[in-house]
Amino acid sequence: MTSPGGFWMPVEGSTGAAAVDSVFSLVFWVAAFFFVLIVALMVAFVVRYRRRPGRLDAEASPSHNTPLELTWTLIPIAIVIVIFVWGFKVYLDANTPPANAYEISVTGQKWKWLFTYPNGHVDENLHVPVDTPVLLVMTSEDVIHGFYIPAFRLKRDVVPGRYSKVWFRAVKPGDYQIYCTQYCGTGHSDMWAKVVVHPPGGFERWLEQASNFLKTLPPAEAGQRLAVTRGCAQCHSVDGTAGTGPTWKGLFGSHVPLQGGRVMTADEDYIRNCILDPTKNVPLGFQPVMPTFKGRIRDDEITAIIAYIKSLK
Amino acid sequence: MTGSESGTAGFGTGGNALGRDNYLNHERGVRSWLLTRDHKRIGVMYLVAILSSFFLGGIFAELIRTKLWTPGNSPLMTANTYDQMFTLHGAIMIFLFVIPGIPASLGNFVLPLMLGAQDVAFPRLNLASFYFWIGGAALALISMVTGAVDTGWTFYTPYSTTTNSNVILMVAGVFVLGFSSIFTGLNFVVTIHKLRPAGMTWFRMPLFLWGIYGTAIIQILATPVLGITLLLLIAERALGIGIFDPALGGDPVLFQHFFWFYSHPAVYIMILPAMGVISELVSVFSRKHIFGYSFIALSSIAIAVLSFLVWGHHMFVAGQSTLSSMIFSFLTFMVAIPSAVKVFNWLATMYKGSIWLATPMLYVLSFLFLFGIGGLTGLFLGALAVDVHLHDTYFVVAHFHYVMFGGTVIAFLGGLHYWWPKMFGRMYSEFWGRIGALLVFVGFNTTFFTQFVMGSHGAPRRSYHYQMQFEPYHRLSTIGAYILGFGFLVIAAYLVHSLFRGRPAPANPWGGATLEWRTSSPPPHDNFAVTPEAGDPYDVEAWRWDGAIGGYVQREPAPQPASP
Repeated sequence: MTSPGGFWMPVEGSTGAAAVDSVFSLVFWVAAFFFVLIVALMVAFVVRYRRRPGRLDAEASPSHNTPLELTWTLIPIAIVIVIFVWGFKVYLDANTPPANAYEISVTGQKWKWLFTYPNGHVDENLHVPVDTPVLLVMTSEDVIHGFYIPAFRLKRDVVPGRYSKVWFRAVKPGDYQIYCTQYCGTGHSDMWAKVVVHPPGGFERWLEQASNFLKTLPPAEAGQRLAVTRGCAQCHSVDGTAGTGPTWKGLFGSHVPLQGGRVMTADEDYIRNCILDPTKNVPLGFQPVMPTFKGRIRDDEITAIIAYIKSLK
Repeated sequence: MTGSESGTAGFGTGGNALGRDNYLNHERGVRSWLLTRDHKRIGVMYLVAILSSFFLGGIFAELIRTKLWTPGNSPLMTANTYDQMFTLHGAIMIFLFVIPGIPASLGNFVLPLMLGAQDVAFPRLNLASFYFWIGGAALALISMVTGAVDTGWTFYTPYSTTTNSNVILMVAGVFVLGFSSIFTGLNFVVTIHKLRPAGMTWFRMPLFLWGIYGTAIIQILATPVLGITLLLLIAERALGIGIFDPALGGDPVLFQHFFWFYSHPAVYIMILPAMGVISELVSVFSRKHIFGYSFIALSSIAIAVLSFLVWGHHMFVAGQSTLSSMIFSFLTFMVAIPSAVKVFNWLATMYKGSIWLATPMLYVLSFLFLFGIGGLTGLFLGALAVDVHLHDTYFVVAHFHYVMFGGTVIAFLGGLHYWWPKMFGRMYSEFWGRIGALLVFVGFNTTFFTQFVMGSHGAPRRSYHYQMQFEPYHRLSTIGAYILGFGFLVIAAYLVHSLFRGRPAPANPWGGATLEWRTSSPPPHDNFAVTPEAGDPYDVEAWRWDGAIGGYVQREPAPQPASP
């Protein structure tokens, strides 16, 4: 049962998974024993004592037996106490992160996970080094979500207004599935992401490259990534539909009527100003609700986003 | 045929009263039903009402299972419709069917009869309870057509306070249903305290009444908490008062504490009457005294008390403290014990009996098998470390269906078949009864056992889309759901058929020793021509089969052996 990807359990991807599976196995065999006992007695009694000619009445037998009944009360109590203690011990370990754990922030929002690394890089998937304790500090932007990695036997609700923490140590490089397990609306079942466990040295290389995508990717592609990870895409569509903010499709170079009657051309400077001081030039028909990105976005990132908007003809 | 049927109160052949005055024909006309204060008629009306709810909830279930045949988008319904479907399936099955289920239909009909009484203590309150149920159901139905809720039956905040579906109306419906439940509970507690006949001490009471009594206590004490919680939810949605929504300064996890403080005991509101039914049936169909009466009776009370102390096991991954989780895990294991005790006592009752495999007994065997799995899989979820993995997956879905369906619904079906001749004075087809029980058993296991495997592999519940790896499990489960649905159609068909064509039922077709079998089938308006005297409710061996009437008659007292 503890074999990788067995009949009952998925592969064991973390140190904690093996511990959980050992408790699972214990409970499984206890449950299987009692189930077989109940069904076997039931079948044996039905076969042996079924009503048939010559057996229309029951045989004489006692209608209670206190020592027997106490026995089948006390033995189950002893068994469940063993299960309780072991289950609690493994749970406690899973809730006690080592002091030197590598910390990653997790944000749940409808209907997407975002992972923020210590250097500020934001990614849609959870990349981690193998054999290293990783601590996830999680919160939600909107409703309650549930962060779940089956291969690590790890799950915790992600609640708005508070932080929840989980930790794990991955044991084998590879990709593992992440789900949302707390029902959160239309896209609940699409809130999928991957844990990518890197072999030794691989994580550092990945993080450097990923954080550096502005230098390695073409500017428009880099801008597209930023639009997603920085949340622009939440309000600005790229297919012409109106959102909380104006669509980016065909925006660049167009004439934008503003509140107060002015009209501006959407050039590089206009977009840059909108990002850094969004309430100054609000387009007609929209509310001044966009937060400023001043101090939260670098010049080269703005350039990439402008390149992306330019590409959306 | 006069005087020869000792113990059948002399109502026609073998105690059948179809051609004579009985509660069904005592008064005629729709009005005589709608304004009745007769517990038997109210029980029958409740039976029709909750079976209609079960049918509606079942339709939703079949639609959900049909969508899940494919992992991706389905032409049958969108993700939003799917979300509404599983919410309505859950809400209808829980609030309109399983919670009132056994107590309000079978309990209402049988409880006064078992006490040898003329009615419940408060007949008007009983009728009011029924109309509160109708009112609550009406609100729920209106909410369905004016923006059906998509929150899940648990109404978790802040989702439920921010979604634009008609949460307020649905929640108001559940609030009203709560009163229905409280009224029934109150009525039953008083009835059991005050209307027990001469000779029926607490420990000579049928075990079904212990089950109903335990349930009634929970209904009275826990339901108000749900009511207050739902009012707070309405206050937050309608008036913007911050109680649960962190955006307004509230705490969403607080809602979960409040909600489960009711809804976990509610699980025992559902299962205790079911256990009571099984206790009756296992003794009658083993033709033997129940084994370990007092352990079974007291375990019902132990369950009722402990049920109030385990709500936190729904929140092991919600962010409650490690200490709370530890305490709740321990108490959860403790509440498993009284259930285990009952199972062993039922098995011991069968030992050396004369086991009669009539339809109700098939449901008892089915119950022991399915509730066995339901209870034992609870051990996985009570163990903290394992629960973290299994929480909110299909494993949990399978577990509670094994308990709620494999336990409560199966016992309800067993009880319905057991008391059907008493309720309507007709026997159903035994052949089709057994076929129906078998179809339900096979269909149910096919539907839900697969979900244990899927869940332990990590498939999250309430999911419109799912990974390809789960497709074979989902397909098997859907096939099972169709078998199950077909089984229910068979049952509905032969039960309805029996109302018109069934063999007239004798007073005591199964040889039960509880008092409801001492009156005619169906009973007269006033229940008993002569108030019966209560004896040992499990002295089933005092009744012998009489082939001439196709039922049981009381044995003549054995002649005293001559002293040497």
